[in-house]
Amino acid sequence: MTELNAAMVERYRSNFLKEVEANVEEGEWVKMCMQCGVCAGSCPLGNAWEHTPQKIFMMVRAGEREAVLNSDAMWMCTSCYNCIARCPRGLPITHIMHGLAHYAKRMGLAPKEQPTAKFAQLFWDNLVKKGRVNELKLGISLYFMNGFSEGIKTSLKMKDIGLGMLKTKRMSPMEMLGGHGVKDSAGFQKMLKKAQELEDKRISGSTD
Amino acid sequence: MTEIVATNETILVVGGGISGMTAALEAAETGKQVILVEKRAYVGGRISQLYKYFPKLCFPTCGLEINQRRSKMNPNLTILTMAEVTDISGEAGAYTASIKISPRYVNENCTGCGDCAKAVELEVSDDFNYGMNTHKAAYLPHKMAHPQRYVLDPAIIGTDDAEKAKAACKYNAVDLDMQEENIELKAGAVVWATGWQPYDANKIQPYGYDRMANVITNVEFERMMDPTGPTGGKLLRPSDGKEAKDVAFIQCAGSRDKNHLLHCSRICCMASLKQSTYVTEAWGDDASSTIYYIDIRAIDRFEDFYKKVQADENVKFIKSKVASIVENKENGNPTLHGVDTEGYHRYATEHELVVLAVGMQPSVDKDAFPIDITINEEGFIEPSSENGGVFAAGSASDALDVNRAVQHATGAALRAVQVVNRVARAEG
Repeated sequence: MTELNAAMVERYRSNFLKEVEANVEEGEWVKMCMQCGVCAGSCPLGNAWEHTPQKIFMMVRAGEREAVLNSDAMWMCTSCYNCIARCPRGLPITHIMHGLAHYAKRMGLAPKEQPTAKFAQLFWDNLVKKGRVNELKLGISLYFMNGFSEGIKTSLKMKDIGLGMLKTKRMSPMEMLGGHGVKDSAGFQKMLKKAQELEDKRISGSTD
Repeated sequence: MTEIVATNETILVVGGGISGMTAALEAAETGKQVILVEKRAYVGGRISQLYKYFPKLCFPTCGLEINQRRSKMNPNLTILTMAEVTDISGEAGAYTASIKISPRYVNENCTGCGDCAKAVELEVSDDFNYGMNTHKAAYLPHKMAHPQRYVLDPAIIGTDDAEKAKAACKYNAVDLDMQEENIELKAGAVVWATGWQPYDANKIQPYGYDRMANVITNVEFERMMDPTGPTGGKLLRPSDGKEAKDVAFIQCAGSRDKNHLLHCSRICCMASLKQSTYVTEAWGDDASSTIYYIDIRAIDRFEDFYKKVQADENVKFIKSKVASIVENKENGNPTLHGVDTEGYHRYATEHELVVLAVGMQPSVDKDAFPIDITINEEGFIEPSSENGGVFAAGSASDALDVNRAVQHATGAALRAVQVVNRVARAEG
């Protein structure tokens, strides 16, 4: 258990709803859910998830902390916004799901082998280096996300598309060597550091 | 020209449904002069379109007959049909109302014999049956219509059909020269009882009311059960006329929803419970009703009715707001998609007919109300001292069932009587 996670468990004890309201983006909406289930039925990927949004919200209220934060559900959201459009109570469901995913990640409880969670980490690591996403490196790290042999297979499969992109100048092989970034790289790093500080302060400093 | 005597001691009642009729009769029976203005060609409003009332499952025609008899016997009550209030000015104790009366093209000589309807050829949409069928362009709105007088649809005026209707009438009742009239009336107090309309189901996109013949509304279902209704009292589904034995009811179709009506319409749970008894009544043990609900709101003594329906083995309850409906193209069955809340099971269930329990939209025009009045977020009239001598009655004030609308209307009548009594005292 991470230190932060242990601190949060200690602070909120059995009141996970309160923890979510205080720390998860749009978390204060969770209590507004009336369990009609229209979000669950409207989700195009609903049958592929472990828990539907309506079930997640009920689990939050029931204090099922581990099960919620370990769930793959919020990582499967494609942000189609069907649930938000149809929710009779106007809950920003998509945003709550992303908020929960983010919080689970902060607590070190996000499912380790969940592909979208893994890719989100790759994306982040790629982005923070230079302040711009290096698409070539990101694509390759996605191919090799599940091991070397699968990476080679996927690369060969995508070969023609890659060559086509080279030909039409949609991709530069030079990006492999460092690649381009934002003008003020030091400033960008400083900004990230400051944001991290604020975020840490917000989470650890928030009171009940 | 319509000649009406009205003074500042007169009470004007707008809307002749069960609330308006109640308010008008209660006030008239205390000896006050009352003028009732009704937009339709007959009084009785939406209750005349119901098959049965909940919870007693008795017929609305019974109460309607009593009220019609009361109004015929009371010399203090004047009823104007096909009339609408276009403007109100003044203040409590001294209002002037402008009223537009549309031509009926049939005068008081009408005996209701129906010869004009036989002569006319054009068929027009039957509004009484929510457009599920057509009727002749010379028509009696429904069997018990009061006044018992035919109406000519404006569509035939100036055509041969109009002349045929005139020629067929033995009583010289067809008057093709009738014109729209605009009159002004004085009134000391106004009772606003314009009621409600079923929420427009076309706006609930995922339910496909506009796309699937076998998705209908609860008010249409009610008409189907009526022996004089569009299907002669049989539960036949619209797409192919097949007997509808497996019926689904979807609750909160438009109610309690930020995208539609904010309020709980209060009547729809009981209406669907009632309508499930129709299905059982029609098909016995072959019947199957499934009610999809968020929570069943059967308050007070209605709880007993709910328990009775729960005990019926042919009625199932599924706690879930249906997410979407897709048509099975092969058999025309609507397939309901969703996830239930008792176990979170995903379902895709076919039914032969789907009834949307649409909610009550107040018939109060927020943007064009004829006088300054307090209207709340849901579109109902709020009680407020700023409303002066204008009092809402029945479902113009809130989503109410018939029982509560009648109680509310009686209260509104009392308020109006108090105002005109003050006027009477001042005038000596």
